[in-house]
Amino acid sequence: MSDFTISRRTMLAGSAMLLASTAMPISGWAQTPKKGGRLVLAADSEPRNLNPAIVASNGVFFISSKIVETLAEASFDGKDGLAPRLALSWEGSADGLSATFKLRDGVKWHDGKPFTSADVAFSALQIWKPLQNLGRTVFKDLASVDTPDDLTAVFKFAKPTPFQLIRNALPALSSVVPKHIYEIGKIEDNPANNAPIGTGPFKFGEYKAGQYYRLTKNTDYWGKDEPYLDEIIYQVLPDRTSAASALEAGEIQLAAFSAVPLADLDRISKVPGLKVISKGYEGLTYQLVVEINHRRKELADVKVRQAIAHAIDKDFVVKTVFLGYAAAATGPVPKNDPQFYTADVPTYAFDVAKANALLDEAGYKKGADGNRFSLKLLPAPYFNETKQFGDYLRQALAAIGIDAELVNNDLAAHIKAVYTDHAFDLAVGPPVFRGDPAISTTILVQSGIPDGVPFSNQGGYKNDALDALIAKASETLDTTARTDLYKEFQKEVAADLPLINVAEWSFISVARDTVGNIANNPRWAVSNWADTYLES
Amino acid sequence: MNRALTLLRRRLIGSIFVLLIVVVGTFLLLEAAPGDAVDAYIVSTGGDAGMIELLRHRWGLDQSELTRLANYLWALLHLDLGQSVTFSRPIRDVILERLPNTLLLMVSATALSFGLGSALGIYAGARPGSFRDRFLSIGSLALYAVPGFWLGLVLSVVFAVDLRWLPIGGIETLASDKTGLDRAADIAIHLVLPVSALGFIYLALYLRMMRAGMAEVWRQDFVLAARAKGLSRRRIVLAHVARNALLPLVTMLGLQSAQMLGGSVVIESVFSVPGLGRLAQEAVASRDTPLLLGIILTSAVLVIVINLLVDIAYAFLDPRVGASEARA
Repeated sequence: MSDFTISRRTMLAGSAMLLASTAMPISGWAQTPKKGGRLVLAADSEPRNLNPAIVASNGVFFISSKIVETLAEASFDGKDGLAPRLALSWEGSADGLSATFKLRDGVKWHDGKPFTSADVAFSALQIWKPLQNLGRTVFKDLASVDTPDDLTAVFKFAKPTPFQLIRNALPALSSVVPKHIYEIGKIEDNPANNAPIGTGPFKFGEYKAGQYYRLTKNTDYWGKDEPYLDEIIYQVLPDRTSAASALEAGEIQLAAFSAVPLADLDRISKVPGLKVISKGYEGLTYQLVVEINHRRKELADVKVRQAIAHAIDKDFVVKTVFLGYAAAATGPVPKNDPQFYTADVPTYAFDVAKANALLDEAGYKKGADGNRFSLKLLPAPYFNETKQFGDYLRQALAAIGIDAELVNNDLAAHIKAVYTDHAFDLAVGPPVFRGDPAISTTILVQSGIPDGVPFSNQGGYKNDALDALIAKASETLDTTARTDLYKEFQKEVAADLPLINVAEWSFISVARDTVGNIANNPRWAVSNWADTYLES
Repeated sequence: MNRALTLLRRRLIGSIFVLLIVVVGTFLLLEAAPGDAVDAYIVSTGGDAGMIELLRHRWGLDQSELTRLANYLWALLHLDLGQSVTFSRPIRDVILERLPNTLLLMVSATALSFGLGSALGIYAGARPGSFRDRFLSIGSLALYAVPGFWLGLVLSVVFAVDLRWLPIGGIETLASDKTGLDRAADIAIHLVLPVSALGFIYLALYLRMMRAGMAEVWRQDFVLAARAKGLSRRRIVLAHVARNALLPLVTMLGLQSAQMLGGSVVIESVFSVPGLGRLAQEAVASRDTPLLLGIILTSAVLVIVINLLVDIAYAFLDPRVGASEARA
């Protein structure tokens, strides 16, 4: 229980979140790992394609990251926030036209063939660049990959590409798959997409649709003495209440990615033998954002957008919607990002009187019924919290004389309404910050994006100064100069409010006390779990 | 037997039209829902315009609705259910994998509700107005008023979480490598809670129908005649009253099979049973039109077959019905 309250307070403290949670004690930390055992955990979805090189998403990584490894993984204490995996070192050239990776020796694929630089070259050129959801953007200028020897891969770019971006992209975008398996036939139809073959600590065992995935120990793994577990079983539990009961009944030992709803955590944390852990997701930060359709003439006025920002009580949202497991946001980069975040941006304190004054000033006087104008509000249905914030926002807007009509859709209908049809005035969305603003953050405000691209600027916003800033940052090679440009970017976004950042949150794990080495890196749930163990 | 065959032929011809209406109706309904399979898919991945266009093309969603419907019907004529977008596997395989679980759940729940329901109904109806009659009537009414998911949750909290007597969900122990009788016993234990949750609700219905039917029959002249003949009460109840009161229950059995399929969606979710109900829910959420069509088609066939069996059973239970049907 004490772990729980500490973590709640550190979350409220916001900027201290990362530091404080790193220092948080975790039971079983000092013990020596035991070998053997089967870890059973909850999985809430069954991805259609398990190849993380094609689909770089947390749902896929959750399972596949134990089988297929990346060049590097995120780390709390490593250099540049990285720990080596298939690559031992990485270096970018000064002109931004090449990046050199030295690879690990003695690594074998699960089918026994040796892992070499040819596999890296094949994955990068044939999969990451043309097929991967995120790689298509980050590696768009990758021209070739030289392989002077089996353990060296040199990426050559057609246009200068900041190495900082490549480095930040490594944990999520650099899954390496075997060339000898994928060079036969069409990559998208390869059977290995559903039964991945990798170099990771676990091999793909079997998949029973609607029931479970079984991963088995890779006895030939390169990590000394690793992995500790014999097996990992992902039990498919689509119903959220069933994950909590399955933990209590002892049928599963771990529920990651907030499979146990926030509202149940208080009760679950009191169950003997279970622990609630809010660490291990620092690299997977979700942002609660109000998306704005600038085609509406009222919303095209910056004063109206500022008024809406002033009408939102962020602390209330953190405390009530997220029950403390979140931090109030100041801008488009989350506070827990160690490289880019700046607090030096225009802020909007909760102030209803000021919001009302701004709206009066903008010329939208209250009518006889107390309303200034009405609009359509579409909360994204992906999380309970986005829906609940939609309810809150409706009330907050009513307080400043804006009548919001809530429109609730299911997943597919929401995506279509907001990002293709633009049939919204305000929407509540949960974009993900992926360690570098260029991966999936700048497209939220950049202009010129075609219709239908999800999690991008579909609100018709256009700001030439901001577009120029984004373009400049994308070709600035010097890390410090590039970081400064993104600080400038945060200021400009916070000042002009193309969207309103409300809060930042991450996930919670609930585990049996017997599960060891949990949450020991910032992307733990989607890392390889080579050192995870079970006490008998 | 001739009677049954005539019935069968007439029903089969009618069924084809029913199935066609079901398929086209479902297709149009799902097309009317905003968003397609690609919209549902990119929720978890994101992606640029080129990738989205590529996916729409690969999944055939860039074709017009009419073309897709025509293609589907043409493939259906060749008994091909098509390929699932979400599972990237033949739909026939996906459905066949889940169908036994749903059937097992439905048949067990029906057996429980029909068997126990009619038995208790006979017990209650044998002495109308007695204490046991009132107790069972009120008890069953209370049970009938309970929503299925709530009953499921309460059962799982009490028997799986607190007492830990029974497994909390699933159809069998995960990755246990059990075979033969061991496996059958394992599945049976896993079915106890979901079957109870699904069966108990309909149990009330059968109990009340049986009881009401018996109350009706008690007043008939032939019961008086049976009594006058000096038959034992037991024989009057079982052979005369209950048998005649059973007919409406059999009709109900057919009608309920469709409702049970609906109820299994909820129960399968609560108890994580990998069945057709849950699959249908996922198919709607992911806008996997061909998969949903396959499931609906399977369910429709199932309901038609069950009702056919009920009709045949009816014809045997009450010769008057079958005779008039066959002549018509």
